[in-house]
Amino acid sequence: MTIYDLIFYLFAAITVISAFFVVTTRNIVYSAYYLLFTFFGVAGIYVLLGADFIAVVQLVVYVGGILILLLFGVMLTNRITNVQIKTGTIKIAPAAIGVALFAGILGAALLKTNWKTINSEIPISTTHTLGLLLIQQYAVVFELLGILLLIALIGAASMARK
Amino acid sequence: MTGNNLIQIALIILFLPLLGFTVTLFLAKKVKKIFLFETFILIVSFILSVALVFFKLNYFSQTTFTGEVNWINLGSISIDLGVMVDNIAVLMIFVVSLISMLVHLFSIAYMHGDKRYNRYFAYLGIFTFSMNGIVFTHNILMMYIFWELVGLSSYLLIGFWFEKKSASDAGKKAFIVNRVGDLGFFSGILILFATYHTFTFDKIFHQISLGVIPFNSEFWLTVTGILIFAGAIGKSAQFPLHVWLPDAMEGPTPVSALIHAATMVAAGVYLIIRVFPILTGNALEFIAIIGALSAFIPATIAITQNDIKKVLAYSTVSQLGYMVMALGVGAYKFAFFHLVTHAFFKAALFLGSGSVIHAMHHEQDIRKMGGLRKKLPLTYATFLISTLAISGVPLTSGFLSKDGILAGTFAFGNLTGQWFFAFVGFLVALVTAFYMFRLVILTFHGEPRDKEKFDHAHESPFVMVMPLVVLATLSIFIWYTPNPFNPEQGWFLSKWVKAPTIVTPQDARYSFLKSDEIKPEANVPTVQNVPAQTTQEINGSEEEVTFSKTYTEAMEHAHIPAMMLSLGLAGIGILFAFMFYQWKKLDPDKLAEKINPLYKLSLNKWYFDEIYDATFVALTLGISKLFAWFDNYIIDGIVNGSAALTKQVSNFSGKFDNIVVDGVVNGAAYLSGIVGLMFRRLQTGKVQTYIVLVVFSLVIILFIFKSF
Amino acid sequence: MTQIGLNHFLFVSTVLFCLGIFGIITRKNAVMVLMGIELILNSANINFIAFAKYGNFGYQGQIMALFVIILAAAEAAIALAIVLNIYKTFSTVNVDEIDTMKD
Repeated sequence: MTIYDLIFYLFAAITVISAFFVVTTRNIVYSAYYLLFTFFGVAGIYVLLGADFIAVVQLVVYVGGILILLLFGVMLTNRITNVQIKTGTIKIAPAAIGVALFAGILGAALLKTNWKTINSEIPISTTHTLGLLLIQQYAVVFELLGILLLIALIGAASMARK
Repeated sequence: MTGNNLIQIALIILFLPLLGFTVTLFLAKKVKKIFLFETFILIVSFILSVALVFFKLNYFSQTTFTGEVNWINLGSISIDLGVMVDNIAVLMIFVVSLISMLVHLFSIAYMHGDKRYNRYFAYLGIFTFSMNGIVFTHNILMMYIFWELVGLSSYLLIGFWFEKKSASDAGKKAFIVNRVGDLGFFSGILILFATYHTFTFDKIFHQISLGVIPFNSEFWLTVTGILIFAGAIGKSAQFPLHVWLPDAMEGPTPVSALIHAATMVAAGVYLIIRVFPILTGNALEFIAIIGALSAFIPATIAITQNDIKKVLAYSTVSQLGYMVMALGVGAYKFAFFHLVTHAFFKAALFLGSGSVIHAMHHEQDIRKMGGLRKKLPLTYATFLISTLAISGVPLTSGFLSKDGILAGTFAFGNLTGQWFFAFVGFLVALVTAFYMFRLVILTFHGEPRDKEKFDHAHESPFVMVMPLVVLATLSIFIWYTPNPFNPEQGWFLSKWVKAPTIVTPQDARYSFLKSDEIKPEANVPTVQNVPAQTTQEINGSEEEVTFSKTYTEAMEHAHIPAMMLSLGLAGIGILFAFMFYQWKKLDPDKLAEKINPLYKLSLNKWYFDEIYDATFVALTLGISKLFAWFDNYIIDGIVNGSAALTKQVSNFSGKFDNIVVDGVVNGAAYLSGIVGLMFRRLQTGKVQTYIVLVVFSLVIILFIFKSF
Repeated sequence: MTQIGLNHFLFVSTVLFCLGIFGIITRKNAVMVLMGIELILNSANINFIAFAKYGNFGYQGQIMALFVIILAAAEAAIALAIVLNIYKTFSTVNVDEIDTMKD
């Protein structure tokens, strides 16, 4: 049990447990906060996988952006009288069975498959390399994504305004 | 000026109208005068195409240039996009750009005051772009893409006045009827691709010449040819899919001139010209039969129509049938020649009719016209010249090309003993002369029948008359040959248009299309894939190897008798037209009564629409009714039945209740409730139910296909 | 306990994925459904990056994960606009009450 393993189990536990609470807590605001921990745990896993830049982006975009957006969504679509914003749950039984079966199949596939892995050396900092890739090999996609974001911005604004 | 420059010019010509379309469409509401930009683009495009034609035909008339880029590369399969500049393409592009430009000019006055004025020009732009694409493409996939694009623009323009129900219906009809043909076209493309793993014409031809054919059977090569020809049947409005073209006359008249007379409908013929080398003898025979039927049936319909545009529409179908028939009997050069000449004189006729309709305040019924000669002298003169051309009177272009086609059918009859095509060809020549002069006489000669409209009629403005004059001038022989009686001496046929090398297996050809001696494939190009546009110069073969000597000789022999016969028949047709309508020596109404069934048949367009309504449309409706019935009775029946059953059961158990235990009743009700719930659950309209179903199905699929 | 390898990461992502689907199906509130979708996207991202490390793909996995994050941002913005519209139309965001698709 190295320190690396310990950290992995720590983050995996954070991710999985808080994700579990995200989908089971009845209070939406609590769910949103559990989601924060999930994102954080996932970011930790990214770091363990050597993707430091992605991890930072994950924190900035998900925690700083998407989560806030979701909270706004909650606020704007509920008549807030107290902090208790509840959500009901439906179809627990079929969902549980379906998801369990699905997880079983995925898990079986995961264990039975003979993955050919190599442990590639990922340098300490990936930011420089990723930056170069984005403006060279993936420049067109990168620009297109910029346009896409702009379109999403305008589209969301115009849709929400109506 | 090198090949590279020619390719660049071709690309500019191709994409200019797209630019015009985009700009015009986006600024249509903002800038009132934006149509001038679109027209300007077309003028530039025309000037460029003149330059292209000039340099190509003067300096490189023996070479074919191709430029291609690799579009998709999937290991062994690579799909290229590219343009091909050969003599046929540049001549065709000249025709398209010229007529398109003239139609733009004409429309400025004709469409004046329309509330979607700018959008109309934008549509013309997208049409010109797609048509240019068809002309320049060097592979059959791009051909198909642009093919659908012209179909789209045709749909948009037919239904341009979509407030009118008949116009929007006509647009839909054109679109749907074309789909039928395109289905065949696409299947043909797929067979070619499955066999050769390429879409490029040259590569396909090369492989066929090496003996690679679909499914290793000549029969399938024939089938492929016929399937591709099905696309042409749809687009060129050939029998039995010709029904959309007359209805398409609901669109604005300049559009009819550009799309439904001169260029788009000729695209079908152009397609056959492009794939001519792969057509086997049987396929050609099939094409000839379709062409003959399409030449004959609409010609008989045109005799009795009273709408000026409908007459012209049916004559268009008939003339296209001529071209198709010419290709079918192997008169390749004359088919293309007729395509060019027909484009000019038929565009002149349509624009002339537009001028008449404009002058008569949108009156299209020729029975209400007459005497317009005095009011519209220029329109009359140009209309008359074009009519002479379509009737095949000497000194006109139509005479040269039509005579060539007739000579082709004559020679075909001579060589194979099948005189059917020659017979149809000459008969249609007679009928054509008759109905075209009927149209001219009823419209322009005699006394005005609608005095009020006649008094208000006036000659059209300059931008409308100028295109007429240009097109009528191009209907005179001098542009094509110095000798008005022998087109073979002209530069058009002797230098510019060359029949291609046929590549189908020798056994599968017409006997007269067999090569005299089998040549090694020295001239077949090997095209390399190069990333950017580069040119590939291909040396055209010096001597003609397509047709055997016997065929060439037969054509020469057939020339004089065919010419004499067609002249005589055209004369008779014109004479009869004058007898009936000008001098009134014969009464058309009485004759119509005498042969009433035939008259009715022609007036009602051979009942094609009715037949299709009774068969295909009724079949489709029937099938959908069947499904609706199935839905209403079986599905609902099960639901209602289960409900009724439950009711019965509960009724029964209600009575039973007093006698037996309550628990049974409740149990039955509960059971039926569960069953109903289960059925209802499937269609809740709730997203999450669907997701559950998706998850379960996914589990099942993964389980079935698991590889562990 | 074996050494931490590809399987461990894939396992975490599997769990995350299944929880996401579970959330999408069971929660009534549309915003909660969105949270479930975010969980799924995250699990896909873990896969991408794990394969980038253990497979021979260089940086492509990481680039792809980056793109997924960008798309998730766009998707969240659009989806919330849609949710707001739904709220205006139906004055509820409970997806199980919105079943006009049935008619």
